[in-house]
Amino acid sequence: MTEPLLDAHRLVKRFGEFTAVNGIDVQVQPGEAFGFLGPNGAGKSSTMRMIACVSAPTEGSLRMFGLDAATHGAAIRARIGVVPQLDTLDTELSVQENLWLYGRFFDLPRAESKRRTKELLEFAQLSERADSIVDNLSGGMKRRLSIARSLINEPELLLLDEPTTGLDPQARHVLWDRLYRLKQQGVTLVLTTHYMDEAEQLCDRLVVMDQGRIVAEGSPRSLIEQYATREVLELRFAAGTNDQQSALLSGIGQRQEVLPDRVLVYADDGEGALVQAHDRGARPESALVRRASLEDVFLLLTGRSLVD
Amino acid sequence: MSNVTPRPFTGPLRVAEWHLLLYRRFWRMNVMSSFLQPMLYLLGLGVGVGSLVDANTSSTDTLGGVSYVAYVAPGLLVTTAMALCAAESMWPVMGGLKWQRSYHGFATTPLTATDIVLGHGLWMAVRGGTAAAAVSVALALFPETRSWGLIPTVFVAALVGIAFAMPIMAFSIDAEMDGGFAALQRFFIIPLFLFGGAFYPITQLPTVVQWLAKFPPLWHGVVVARGFTTGNVDWPGTAGHLAYVCLWIAVGTVVSVRRLRRKLYP
Repeated sequence: MTEPLLDAHRLVKRFGEFTAVNGIDVQVQPGEAFGFLGPNGAGKSSTMRMIACVSAPTEGSLRMFGLDAATHGAAIRARIGVVPQLDTLDTELSVQENLWLYGRFFDLPRAESKRRTKELLEFAQLSERADSIVDNLSGGMKRRLSIARSLINEPELLLLDEPTTGLDPQARHVLWDRLYRLKQQGVTLVLTTHYMDEAEQLCDRLVVMDQGRIVAEGSPRSLIEQYATREVLELRFAAGTNDQQSALLSGIGQRQEVLPDRVLVYADDGEGALVQAHDRGARPESALVRRASLEDVFLLLTGRSLVD
Repeated sequence: MSNVTPRPFTGPLRVAEWHLLLYRRFWRMNVMSSFLQPMLYLLGLGVGVGSLVDANTSSTDTLGGVSYVAYVAPGLLVTTAMALCAAESMWPVMGGLKWQRSYHGFATTPLTATDIVLGHGLWMAVRGGTAAAAVSVALALFPETRSWGLIPTVFVAALVGIAFAMPIMAFSIDAEMDGGFAALQRFFIIPLFLFGGAFYPITQLPTVVQWLAKFPPLWHGVVVARGFTTGNVDWPGTAGHLAYVCLWIAVGTVVSVRRLRRKLYP
């Protein structure tokens, strides 16, 4: 077996009294697309900052490319690309200036940095905006520029912290397409997200984090098979009657979840569960049977919805 | 995929290169203000106040036997660099950490906190030096202030500029809000401008104020600069003053690096 590109063992990060990451073990193989899933405050970003070698682990060991992250920070940073949660673009400079100047920070010769800039403008579909000042770009364009910039050193590993948060659906799909292409080129991707569809689209393997710990690990499909039923029945009741109505449902399916706006019934046969609910006198305003998703796995594991 | 192994010691140059690219958009505005302002002071004080001062022979003795314009000129050169480098180490540094967050962008490259701080210092040397050079070109136009001593004075001004830039950078890195900057300007930079020996010998001031004026690097730089432009260089004194200015640079740099490392690499 090849040496993992990223190998974290009992990784801990504390800020004073607060423990952000509480002893996690993670291995990522070259070429993999790996995701950290979790609600806000689960420790995803702190983990990402340690992997990016901008934050030293409080305890545990972190090896990347076979190097110790505690002692080889700058050498590791030279080989990775980072797309931070908040853009760090120079908003007063043009799109292409942002790119080639960033290449200079990796000590690329000026001509080489400008050559790569041209390629990356193509890749990020920003060639026509090469001379625009970054301030005037849309949110999706800025995000694409951030990704392009993170690729200027031709990284072996790309870290993306909530890459599509705040983007509209079209912009997200364009971005996913670009990330998928990178993956096909053999770039290892490690990303955090709290969007289930993003994780299902992009990740070969993922971990679910909650309160600084890893609570589940596997491929999106295997996690759904392991933690959720085949189908889910979603019932919406008249406002304020959720608790009262859901009492009628006890025993139907394998498990139920009462959310503020709807009640979920986990059952392998969703239609059957709906018939049972009607028989008991439940009168939902609407009912929907769907396949179980990562969102359901998440609800089960952490007891709350992802975007809170 | 190819790899680039970072060469050592190029980091500060890369950071200075970034400053230069950003500056290209603003330089016209900047050069005008950093050149015009000292010129206005020179005309207003040198010609206006100077005609009164020079009419009094005992004043000329106090000034060391030179005209008031010649006395004030090196002070303007050094205070120009001070004011510019001080301001450029306030809002822009906070912007790098909090607003544009460019420093956080640097942090994910092989650049280190030391590179960012030294790069800032290097850039301040360039900015302070060019501003002082512009003023010295103007001074060379007037017979009374024309002197070869203006050349070393530009370097002294740049050095004083860095001596303000580095400690103020350390302050700005840890500042939570930009309100402190206005206070720093009003209660530190402007009083130094008035009481730091640029416009009259600080021996005219009460002893306590003299000691306060001698603590920051400005007065030391002004004394050295004036030695060069008036041709009365006291070499051991000059060495002592410059060493003191360098001490401010060293302390400011060390504290800045330590603070920035804590901010960028928590």
